[in-house]
Amino acid sequence: MGEMKLFFGPNHPGLHGNFSVHMYVEGDTVIRARPVPGFLHRGFEKLMERRLWYQNLALIPRICVQEPDINEACYAMAIEKIAKVDVPERAQWIRMIVLELARIANHMWAFGGVGGPTGMYTSMYWSVSDRDKVLDLFEELSGARIYHMYIIPGGVRKDFPPHFEEKLVKLLDYIEGRLPEYETFVLKNRILHTRLRGIATIDTETCLKIGVTGIGLRATGVPYDIRKIAPYLFYDRVEFDVPTATEGDALARISLKPQEIRQSIRIIRQALEYMPSGPVNTKIADGNGLRIRVPKGMAYAKVESTRGEYGYLVVSDGEEKPYRVAVRGASYPQGLYGVEHLMPGTRIDDVPIWLDTMGVCAPEIDR
Amino acid sequence: MSEKNERNERNEKNETKTLQKSFFAPLLGWKALFEKPVTIRVPKEKREAAPRYRGFHINDWEKCIGCGTCSRICPTDAITMVEVPDMKQEYGMKPQRPTIDYGRCSFCGMCVDICTTGSLQMTREYIFFSHDANDFYYAPTERGLLDKEPSEIKVGWTRDESSELLDLDRILPDAMESSERIDSFVEFVKAYSKEQAVAEAARCVECGICVDRCPQHMRIPEYIKSIWKDDLKDALKWLLKGDEEQSNLGANPLSGVCGRVCTHRCEEVCTISHRGEAVAIRWLKRYIVDNVPIEEWNDAVSFDTSKTDKKVAIVGSGPAGLSAGYFLASMGYDVNVYESMNRPGGVMRYGIPKYRLPDEALDKDIAFIEAMGVKILTGVAVGRDISFDELKNRYDAIFISTGLTLGRSTRVPGSDHPDVVQALPLLREIRDYLRGEGPEPKIAKRVVVIGGGNVAMDIARSLARLQKMKYGEVNVTLTCLERTYEEMPADLEEIEEAIEEGITINPGWGPKEVIFFPDEDKIKGLKCVKCVEVFDENKRFNPKYDESQVSYFDGDMIIEAIGQAPDYSYLPEEWKAKIQFVGPRILTNNLRQTQIPWLFAGGDIVNGPDIIHGIADGYWAARGIDEYLDSNGNVEK
Ligand SMILES: Cc1cc2nc3c(=O)[nH]c(=O)nc-3n(C[C@H](O)[C@H](O)[C@H](O)COP(=O)(O)OP(=O)(O)OC[C@H]3O[C@@H](n4cnc5c(N)ncnc54)[C@H](O)[C@@H]3O)c2cc1C
Ligand code: SF4
Ligand code: SF4
Ligand code: SF4
Repeated sequence: MGEMKLFFGPNHPGLHGNFSVHMYVEGDTVIRARPVPGFLHRGFEKLMERRLWYQNLALIPRICVQEPDINEACYAMAIEKIAKVDVPERAQWIRMIVLELARIANHMWAFGGVGGPTGMYTSMYWSVSDRDKVLDLFEELSGARIYHMYIIPGGVRKDFPPHFEEKLVKLLDYIEGRLPEYETFVLKNRILHTRLRGIATIDTETCLKIGVTGIGLRATGVPYDIRKIAPYLFYDRVEFDVPTATEGDALARISLKPQEIRQSIRIIRQALEYMPSGPVNTKIADGNGLRIRVPKGMAYAKVESTRGEYGYLVVSDGEEKPYRVAVRGASYPQGLYGVEHLMPGTRIDDVPIWLDTMGVCAPEIDR
Repeated sequence: MSEKNERNERNEKNETKTLQKSFFAPLLGWKALFEKPVTIRVPKEKREAAPRYRGFHINDWEKCIGCGTCSRICPTDAITMVEVPDMKQEYGMKPQRPTIDYGRCSFCGMCVDICTTGSLQMTREYIFFSHDANDFYYAPTERGLLDKEPSEIKVGWTRDESSELLDLDRILPDAMESSERIDSFVEFVKAYSKEQAVAEAARCVECGICVDRCPQHMRIPEYIKSIWKDDLKDALKWLLKGDEEQSNLGANPLSGVCGRVCTHRCEEVCTISHRGEAVAIRWLKRYIVDNVPIEEWNDAVSFDTSKTDKKVAIVGSGPAGLSAGYFLASMGYDVNVYESMNRPGGVMRYGIPKYRLPDEALDKDIAFIEAMGVKILTGVAVGRDISFDELKNRYDAIFISTGLTLGRSTRVPGSDHPDVVQALPLLREIRDYLRGEGPEPKIAKRVVVIGGGNVAMDIARSLARLQKMKYGEVNVTLTCLERTYEEMPADLEEIEEAIEEGITINPGWGPKEVIFFPDEDKIKGLKCVKCVEVFDENKRFNPKYDESQVSYFDGDMIIEAIGQAPDYSYLPEEWKAKIQFVGPRILTNNLRQTQIPWLFAGGDIVNGPDIIHGIADGYWAARGIDEYLDSNGNVEK
């Protein structure tokens, strides 16, 4: 049988955003694969150079739709590093809570994600509706469900609304109660085991070679987590574990998610306990929102996203707009190098599983 | 190292074994059959948005001033400011309102957080259907996009202290304490440092509301922005050349003076003052002028003009005269300014006290005006040293700006005594004395000042300083008809500072009679009666007194500071008869042309009441004279 070329995507239920892979197949096995990014390229980095420091807050969450807050956090933290401002304590705790909530929401989404290519749609319905409960809280806190635009340079925009903490604790209790159900229903499901075990396997060495971090690396047994390795915010003041697995396959990666959700819940509970009252932001410069200037300088800020290391390199020449902002999308390595080098050998029907469990996120690759 | 091992160990324990598959696992899904569906069936069901939801906007049109700040912050360019026809025009607001394109809006809420008046808010409304795309282009009102009764609309995202995007607090320049400043005539408000000025400039939102209020329409947002960008030469260019596209409208050749003593009406309307303290426009202007060395002015500001052969005479070197001279010279005219005093500047030189306006500041402005080619002939009084007709013969046009040089008296019994003096001549004497150009004026140990305006404050505070320097203590009593500080025409700031300096202020009294020591030609004080009303129901000055309430204010000397009047004695009757007067003032058209085509007038004898109005008069007169000389005829405007 000869080689055939097949197009995967750019639209596919197993994809988060538009992304395409050109597959050269023999029979039902991929021989060669070429990622074709760019469908979601909106020139974010360039646009940022033409907008005021504050105006960019409306732009950046869009770089990662499912976990917008990491953009806000990295952008803010990099600017704060350059401007050498100390963010009030309360704001730091709030940011941690936001980031962990985003993590929970995104892991939930991933259960839905794996439901698509494996045909387990119930899993998708469950997780999406549970994720919505997290979005409800985001709406309470920030006024928006998806694009929160809540973390700003200097802190966060507003303090908790009334009764937010109670609602948050209730939500955490609920999710904790739901996790065993997910584990039974999704992770013990025969179909899932059959489809995911031994699929899209990656080993530590390859991860390190091409730059895969996050769950991808942890599923090969390396407890690499930026919250531990280079703690930001107050991650060094809370206790949490870094769950790992050894198999390095799709099943291992999915199986880590409920574990991670448990750790996020643990972090949020501690944050609620430790956070003091007080102001929730500080000015990064004199003047109004139109006239904020960040001093000359360059800084890189990174956080642990659900897909691994997510970072912003911000360069300021001291003017009212950034000189340059570069985004390190967490799935850049697996999405580009990974597809080309690791995907060959995968069966056609496993390609969506490959892309999904590797956490390939098109908008953050395209930026 | 050990820590790392520990961590690894912990993680070892934590390592996930993928869960064993189970045949029964999928059956759990049946559970959902008994649960309520999560889908919201719109429109049958409705979901209320969160209290701070960022939904469609509402805008209170009564509060909104059309400043456009919302449109400037909008990251998606969703807001356009649209002119509203038939909207009442008043200072401090623009007849335009924001219009939002919901095809662009990202619902970030920054417009709300920066709205200078707090008129703009977001609602909890988020569902809107229309087949017409134009319906999504909408100027928010109180009724919202869904056109509801305002009371039925649930407000969502609003600005609070933490989401605030304006900078509400003014940066105060350093100033001397009253105990220190009272010992000398040193200018007590210090100039901004660079850090202070840049930080203050960063508070401006570039709306231009202030520009409309400034009589000369100075390019305030532009020069403030240049300060913020630390480009002082550019800032100076905006001050001295104004808008080059609009015949230099907005230029102010006396920026150093105005940066200190302007009445700063612009600040009263500054957009930031709605929720915070106005931008310190005046101090920022001073910062520019003080920080560009005069040698560099030519470099920053040059006019390219070709000389004409026409000559213009100006009578009076106050702000109006100097301004007219500056603009005429910039147009290429040969300008001679006649000034009866020994130094140029008018009230700026001889009236305003030195602690507010030092000579050096005035000199710097005038030096540049002279460098532009304006010739100032001091010590030449028109009518005395040269006749008005002589001027008429020698020049192609004349601009008169002779100001209000005569004092006014209360004419109460005893006010003809030599120790009852008027503020204006005394201020003149004091300034000459402080410059070392005149003898020490008579300084009484106890002084009563009559008057509630800024001139009264100036003389009271000047005398307080002289008393302190000479006798070591202040004894000045100020009394006026107006019954409260608010009613007094003087700036509140002036009143506060005067009180700090030890001046006693007794508002609400009308002078009745100067009291003398028995059998001596020596003043004992001033007898006053209670003033119960200053203005009548037609808002006309018509004071009413309660003669039964009497008060005596002790003093060896009494100063009258109750107003000034013009002196037209230099004008021949023949011309005076042709000029149209409104009370003491001369009537002109918009280009400051009198009934006599070659005669233009401005300053306090036409408009007043302050320096910047005089400067504006000078500007318009220069344009008028240019038009007149160009056309050799009447300019109708
Ligand atoms: C004490 C005092 C304090 C003031 N403080 C302020 C202030 O802080 N801020 C502010 O904005 N305004 C202030 N004003 C008002 C302001 O000074 C005047 O509005 C302004 O100076 C008017 O300008 P002008 O050009 O009309 O005339 P003036 O400044 O009055 O100048 C007129 C000039 O004409 C000369 N002149 C008159 N007749 C002849 C003649 N026949 N021949 C030759 N020359 C002649 C006079 O000597 C004088 O120099 C103050 C006024 C006074 C009296
Ligand atoms: S909410 Fe944001 S995007 Fe929408 S009009 Fe206001 S500033 Fe513009
Ligand atoms: S910022 Fe506020 S006051 Fe200014 S135009 Fe916009 S809505 Fe009106
Ligand atoms: S000074 Fe005030 S009124 Fe003038 S442009 Fe700036 S903010 Fe607007």
